[in-house]
Amino acid sequence: MYKYDNYDQAIVDARVAEFRDQVNRRMAGEITEDQFKPLRLMNGLYLQLHAYMLRVAIPYGTLDSRQMRMLAHIARKYDRDYGHFTTRQNIQYNWIKLEECADLLEELASVEMHAIQTSGNCIRNISSDQYAGAAADEVADPRPWAELLRQWSTFHPEFSYLPRKFKIAVIASPEDRAAMRLHDIGLELVKQDGELGARVFVGGGMGRTPMIAPEINPFVKADDLLSYIEACLRVYNRYGRRDNIYKARIKILVHEIGADEYRRQVAEEFAHVKTLGIDPPLAELERISAFFAAPAFDAADVEPDRSDPDFAVWLDQNVKPHKQAGYAIVNISLKPIGGIPGDASSAQIDVMADLAEKYSFDELRVTHAQNIVLPHVAKRDLYAVWQALREADLANANLDLISDIIACPGLDYCSLANARSIPIAQKIATRFADAERQRDVGELKLKISGCINACGHHHAGHIGILGVDKKGVENYQLTLGGSGAEDVSIGKITGPGFDEDGIVDAVEKAVEKYRELREGDERFVDTYRRVGMDPFKEAIYG
Amino acid sequence: MKLLTGNELGSGAVTWWTGSGWSIHVEDAVDVGEGGESILHAEEGARRVNAPYIIDAIATPEGPRPAHIKDRVRALGPTVRPDLTLKPADPAAGDWII
Repeated sequence: MYKYDNYDQAIVDARVAEFRDQVNRRMAGEITEDQFKPLRLMNGLYLQLHAYMLRVAIPYGTLDSRQMRMLAHIARKYDRDYGHFTTRQNIQYNWIKLEECADLLEELASVEMHAIQTSGNCIRNISSDQYAGAAADEVADPRPWAELLRQWSTFHPEFSYLPRKFKIAVIASPEDRAAMRLHDIGLELVKQDGELGARVFVGGGMGRTPMIAPEINPFVKADDLLSYIEACLRVYNRYGRRDNIYKARIKILVHEIGADEYRRQVAEEFAHVKTLGIDPPLAELERISAFFAAPAFDAADVEPDRSDPDFAVWLDQNVKPHKQAGYAIVNISLKPIGGIPGDASSAQIDVMADLAEKYSFDELRVTHAQNIVLPHVAKRDLYAVWQALREADLANANLDLISDIIACPGLDYCSLANARSIPIAQKIATRFADAERQRDVGELKLKISGCINACGHHHAGHIGILGVDKKGVENYQLTLGGSGAEDVSIGKITGPGFDEDGIVDAVEKAVEKYRELREGDERFVDTYRRVGMDPFKEAIYG
Repeated sequence: MKLLTGNELGSGAVTWWTGSGWSIHVEDAVDVGEGGESILHAEEGARRVNAPYIIDAIATPEGPRPAHIKDRVRALGPTVRPDLTLKPADPAAGDWII
């Protein structure tokens, strides 16, 4: 894992001191809320429905046990004993007090963490594949590149006031586990004739205008990557719409001028940027890469004893192959039946930290699906890990099943939301609580957003649900056929919306129709793509 | 009726204008009627409360209830965590929210 150098630590410490002063001035009435709001947002502090909410950055979703324990400590000391893991691989605290926030940030900084650039029209936390460094199908470890982009984008003076927020994802596998093409910039590391480079996709996103990023360049050499990204941002910064917040994201620019014209402008800008020498020297890349060297794998390749049936089910559902023989990737589902997707108590966070330290070379990952990963667990230890997880109510064997629901905080917490998301997730998970039935349905990615901003990624759900406000009453639209994976697609609305109970019934009807129509190993989304919307519509509304 | 609400500056807690000050309990809120704007401006100047605004509400025997669901959720707390609401000991306390 990357470790801060003196520069990293100094800028984070300085920012904490600066924010402490700003908070003090606000508390003393020396500055107004209008003056203070942009300052607190630059430090990840929002004002939500019930209290201040702090969004803490977890760069590319990677952290160690010391950092994870700090997240638990903050939940206990400054919040109400829990945290909420988000679709941007971050964590949010819902009950933060302004007067305590600087102390909190100081404690975070002591473990090389912060909340900078988790809000505002800047480059947000870089996201990546939660299996980075462990996946058998990756051509390279994407984390050094994500870290390079983190350093480049942190306090980047030219990109601190972009037309709108900006999200970048880096993956290095053909299987897209990071919704890469639904980002402002998506990078897929690839090799061409043995040379490392990246496919560059620009102009994807969800929100009110969902778009799949077109490929802007099929291969940018690794040596040129930073300059190329800088050029992509420069074109956006120059021509992105600042007059209309709804048209300010880069996806609108790319869509309006067209991918070819955008590509041409980026090429022109790149020719100039390349003369500025911003690409890091090889020595710096090697310095960063050294932090992500593979751990000292030495476990024998032994298959775990499957005689405990509950353990065997968990193995099949939540444990994925590792590139190193003798090891496995453990997915910890934060989606208990009837629970709140992505929430974990401080005690559970501590348990996960302990397990990472003892069994996973001190590493954890946060996934965009609001789960946690122990990336490097020896197969011989899987049973012990599962037992500890079960003890902490963290052994839900439902990864990628219908109850593994992504849901935004919705109207229960969020000031932007129009409808509640969490109760819908709870009701659907409860309706499908039967484990056999879930497994029979198979992979089904269900995603719920409480408003058109789509933090719950509903556009990318095999089944998506969007909460809207219909004359002061919650109403839920249903979409089918979306995907955030390598088969990326945007879901289509089935028809008129439903009330809270109606949407649960509609989901069940769609699922039962799939079970009736599926052929062979088809997943829900495969059947939908083969047969189209009509049979589902008839089942839902007929 | 109309209520004046905002969030406390230091804690961020939802708060309601009582006629002489602020309370976190919506039951303490008073109808600000047509005078809401002037109270709002005075309170903005006092800088005790963040972003105060006026909402429509309904008078009930149990006290004022915000007209819109968002403010009803604000008034008590998250519907999915009764233990974190203002009335954790009474699971039925939020029956009027939805």
